[in-house]
Amino acid sequence: MVSLDLLLNAIVAGILLGGFYAAVSLGISVSFGLLDIVNIAHPAFVILGSYTAYAMNRFAGLDPLLTGLLFTPVFYALGVMVYRLYYLGFERKGEESLRGLVFFFGTLFIVEVVLLLAYGVDYRMIEADYVGRSFHIGVVGIAFRLLLPCLVGLMITLALHLFLSRTFYGRAIKAVSQDSQALRLMGVNPVKIKRIAFALSIATASLAGALLILIGPVEPSIGREYIGRVFAIVVLGGMGSISGTLVAGIILGIAESLTSTFSGPSWAPAVSFGILLVVLAVRPAGLLGR
Amino acid sequence: MAWHGRTGTRRRWIVGVLIGVMALGAGWAPAAQAADPIKIGFGMALTGALAGNGKAALMAMQMWAEDVNKKGGLLGRPVELVYYDDQTKPAAVPGIYTKLLDVDKVNFIVSGYGTNVIAPLMPIAVERNLVVMGLFGMANNEKLKYKNYFQIMPSGPNPFLGWSQGFFEVAAKQQPKPQTIALVGADAEYPHNALIGAREHAKHFGFKIVYDGKYPPSTVDYTPIIRAIKATNPDLVYVASYPPDSAGIIQAAHEVGLPAKMFGGGMVGLQFAALQTKLATKLNGVVNYEFYVPEPTVKFPGIDDFLARYQAQAEKAGVDPLGHYIPPFAYAYVQVLGQAVEATKSVDQKKVAEYIQANEFNTIVGKIRFAPNGEWAKSRVLMVQFQNIKGGDVAQFKKPGTRVLLYPEEWKSGKLIYPYTAAQK
Repeated sequence: MVSLDLLLNAIVAGILLGGFYAAVSLGISVSFGLLDIVNIAHPAFVILGSYTAYAMNRFAGLDPLLTGLLFTPVFYALGVMVYRLYYLGFERKGEESLRGLVFFFGTLFIVEVVLLLAYGVDYRMIEADYVGRSFHIGVVGIAFRLLLPCLVGLMITLALHLFLSRTFYGRAIKAVSQDSQALRLMGVNPVKIKRIAFALSIATASLAGALLILIGPVEPSIGREYIGRVFAIVVLGGMGSISGTLVAGIILGIAESLTSTFSGPSWAPAVSFGILLVVLAVRPAGLLGR
Repeated sequence: MAWHGRTGTRRRWIVGVLIGVMALGAGWAPAAQAADPIKIGFGMALTGALAGNGKAALMAMQMWAEDVNKKGGLLGRPVELVYYDDQTKPAAVPGIYTKLLDVDKVNFIVSGYGTNVIAPLMPIAVERNLVVMGLFGMANNEKLKYKNYFQIMPSGPNPFLGWSQGFFEVAAKQQPKPQTIALVGADAEYPHNALIGAREHAKHFGFKIVYDGKYPPSTVDYTPIIRAIKATNPDLVYVASYPPDSAGIIQAAHEVGLPAKMFGGGMVGLQFAALQTKLATKLNGVVNYEFYVPEPTVKFPGIDDFLARYQAQAEKAGVDPLGHYIPPFAYAYVQVLGQAVEATKSVDQKKVAEYIQANEFNTIVGKIRFAPNGEWAKSRVLMVQFQNIKGGDVAQFKKPGTRVLLYPEEWKSGKLIYPYTAAQK
């Protein structure tokens, strides 16, 4: 018989995990879902964000969440530069499909090697008072290490959703994903809009990196573990749908958590990808995709 | 005559030059051979998931080569290490060793770090009948039974059992005797093998298995797993995990409040300063395997000097500052090879292999004799309990007292704090 205590804990743990998954996947939702840029280097930028949080924590004693917020503009600028390179090298020449993929693959390696040279290969963790602490609401135990990433993930999702739906630049980003030529006729430079959107995706990746190092240790190549999962979440939620990404993240989080608790953790990936296949069979555009 | 004489003189001159050249050539040959290095080739994880261990191992091997060369090399020839980054990818291994053997023409091969990269090396070694020294492989030779394979991790002739023997021996001696056990590990080669042994021990010691699960290596949150284990209320929890999972499981156990009486066993990563200093007091009470700890009961000739030199270089090299886990054994496995070459006065694979099979070796990790399957003839996996950890200062782990040795009995340096929850207070 299923224990109510375990069931509730598994669902809450799944929601917390899902919020974090959404935070990691939002950048891909923007770059891949809205801009059609297959940025497989996205997890590397997440890890770069983790190491920035680690460095600031170690050398300046800064809280990783604060570092994540403080460095968002820096990563935004980095995103602008990376997009500029990508645009000049590939997109402008219409060679973005295969060569663009190679470009991001190369970027992934470069980021990893830079981190290797700078920090070595050991696993890195951060110190914060709330890491390792938890509290209870009734029978449900909640660890701060998981709660904070979830809350920040929800806030990023809300902020991005509001930005894309309420602001001029947000609407322009949505428009560029549908018809960049029409956007140009409206007097807006689609390249500039894409640059802003891509830079935003990198900025969210860095913030997600600060959340990741709160949850567990990182090493330079650990980002690769997340490539399959983040693309699956974006596809499940619906390409370019921010709210869909959040919903998909939470569904996969709960599915993993329930499977780990009741059926053995080794089934968790099979269940997650099974859900993806079923949803795509019923709704090829994803849960909230159009 | 004059012509003849002249011809004769010229002929004598040519013959003289030829003899001279041959004599010089004969004289030069040994000199050239003496300068030829003895090449030892290997792939090593310098990037990828296990690069932390791979880089530390490489540093130890370089220290050995330096030590040997300072003393004149092996058989009067310098030792040269020829290596490539295997990126912690088993798929890269066949290509690396084919190049080492066919292009670089190495005299000997040794493995890179870990079970997964030793496995693809074995068919190459078997096909060419080569001596192969293994670095921390878990039961790689169980099916092949290859006679020229020698592995340095001290898990004993039956690695599946030897690995967790200490955990179960210690648990069985506690009063009241534990009755139930939960087994959990990553869905990968090493944890799979470690859990096979743990199941056998559980049966042997009469512990009822109430949870037996594996998790995918990409797991992010371990709290659902720990909660599921907690729900079965086991007396013992045996974990076979890799570094990121070890950290995640310990954090989750701490947050959930795992009520086990003994917890740990086969957690990789807790041997390194990076996790020790960050998990710090959360480690108190965890019982886990080690191969070397700086307890007063464990003394091997040369290890203190080795560790002092290693630790002096470690921070700059960006590797584990303690160096208690892999580095001494990485030094020792080439030390065994070197001693065999010196003793046989040969680089012949057959002679060297036969010598290693038949003899005992004095190394910085103690005396080693190999069993017919290439593993240590007797298991020497230590079981320790983390105790007295205060804060995250790395210096405390360099001294005795933070990893109290519980097993084997003859090297015991303290008492188990039992149950686990008492050590957490």
